[in-house]
Amino acid sequence: MSIWEYANPKKFIATTTPVLPWVFAAAGLFLIGGLIWGFFFTPEDYRQGSTVKIIYLHVPSAMMAINAWAMMLVTSLIWLVRRHHVSALAARAAAPVGVVMTLIALATGAIWGQPMWGTWWVWDPRLTSFLILFLFYLGYIALWEAIEDPDTAADLTSVLCIVGSVFAVLSRYAVNFWNQGLHQGASLSLDAEENVADVFWYPLLACMAGFVLLFVALVILRTRTEIRARRILALQARAQRDGVQV
Amino acid sequence: MIDLGEYAAEVISAYAVSLVLLALLVWVSWRRAGRVRRALEQIEGPRADG
Amino acid sequence: MSALLIRDLRLALRAGGGFGLGLVFFLIVVVLVPFGVGPEAALLTAIAPGILWVAALLAALLSLDRMFALDLEDGSLPLLATAPLPLEGVALVKALAHWITTGLPLALAAPVLGFLLNLTPAAYPWLLASLVLGTPALSLIGGFGAALTLGIRRGGLLMSLLVLPLYVPTLIFGAEAVRRGAAGMDASTPLILLAGITLGSVALLPFATAAAIRINLR
Repeated sequence: MSIWEYANPKKFIATTTPVLPWVFAAAGLFLIGGLIWGFFFTPEDYRQGSTVKIIYLHVPSAMMAINAWAMMLVTSLIWLVRRHHVSALAARAAAPVGVVMTLIALATGAIWGQPMWGTWWVWDPRLTSFLILFLFYLGYIALWEAIEDPDTAADLTSVLCIVGSVFAVLSRYAVNFWNQGLHQGASLSLDAEENVADVFWYPLLACMAGFVLLFVALVILRTRTEIRARRILALQARAQRDGVQV
Repeated sequence: MIDLGEYAAEVISAYAVSLVLLALLVWVSWRRAGRVRRALEQIEGPRADG
Repeated sequence: MSALLIRDLRLALRAGGGFGLGLVFFLIVVVLVPFGVGPEAALLTAIAPGILWVAALLAALLSLDRMFALDLEDGSLPLLATAPLPLEGVALVKALAHWITTGLPLALAAPVLGFLLNLTPAAYPWLLASLVLGTPALSLIGGFGAALTLGIRRGGLLMSLLVLPLYVPTLIFGAEAVRRGAAGMDASTPLILLAGITLGSVALLPFATAAAIRINLR
């Protein structure tokens, strides 16, 4: 029973049909539970006041923004090497989820920093890197939309994802270099593992689990949609060829 | 509602923006999924794969 | 290889080849900036390195879509793909031709335009050095973008949207080198990193560009 069996579109849909509601349910459980726990039942930070509660949204979404792109990179490579359509479609499906995660990370990051910085946006290295990532996502999605032939689109967006990944990492270092003259150590994203007390850490874990599960659920849902949409196009193309009305 | 102190506006807006974006994403994804599924069913007939 | 280079150079340099276009665009953008931010000399001095780099970067974009599109239109691209010269070599040569006809002239023109923006005298050599070192990367990255959008009608805007975020590291190090030079500080670190990006681009991007061309030619 190899994982590659699920690369078959029909099998993918058949397998995920009973599973999907449970993934969504689990996502809702962890996400809503974690957010309620963090929002209502954790103390304030003595320095940041109640804004520390934004951590329960900012850290998980930032994590997923990056992980979504990483997943797109892996599935793009799988597509280029093994030509499994489900893989290419999964990458396409994940991109809008990644965009939203990046947006949430940007918005919560900016709002969190506002009391500290006094402005609604700062060119903090972490935030700036996410802004660049946001642009990469937009370009990726735009390229998918611009190319008619699905296989060509899959190939080109995969190459873009790979090259983009290299430049995303490069940009991260460049941006750190670029901003090193400004305030040090006031990075908005706490390195969560280090000095986040237990009382914050466990609800944060729950929220992270919620975001991961939500990502998985949405990607499964959207990949199923992409598979079906592709099938519709194929059937329409065939019907056109055969001169039949579909 | 708990006392959020002086940063109430920031915290509320952060949560509001995030939850609205997530809700929109789920809703759009769900709606499109339904539409495409129904369109495919029209062409192929009711799905045999469940 | 040199035949291809000469052919591309000649194509770019003849009338309608867009050779002067990039330079004029560079000039226009630089002229527009004071209208946008006000003529105060100190402000212009502060932002001159960045403006010159951004303007050069935008001007380099202009002639990118010609890199492969013309060959696609007249049918010579498939021939190039099957020629003895590997497609990666073709990509490299095309980027080189673009650099010679666009990037290099921009780099040489920049010090002249620096006067308009009241650039600090100490920064001039760094401006020249950073642009000469960085514009090849712009050509190579741009070539990749051009290859990706090759088959798309009116793909120029999409190409710009794909390429500009990829330009960010080059822009950061290039402009930083000029800023440090202007401040009299040692600017060698950003310059070295800039050269690193260019060398990395030379080594790796032709493969991605060639892959994109092959995909589009199928």
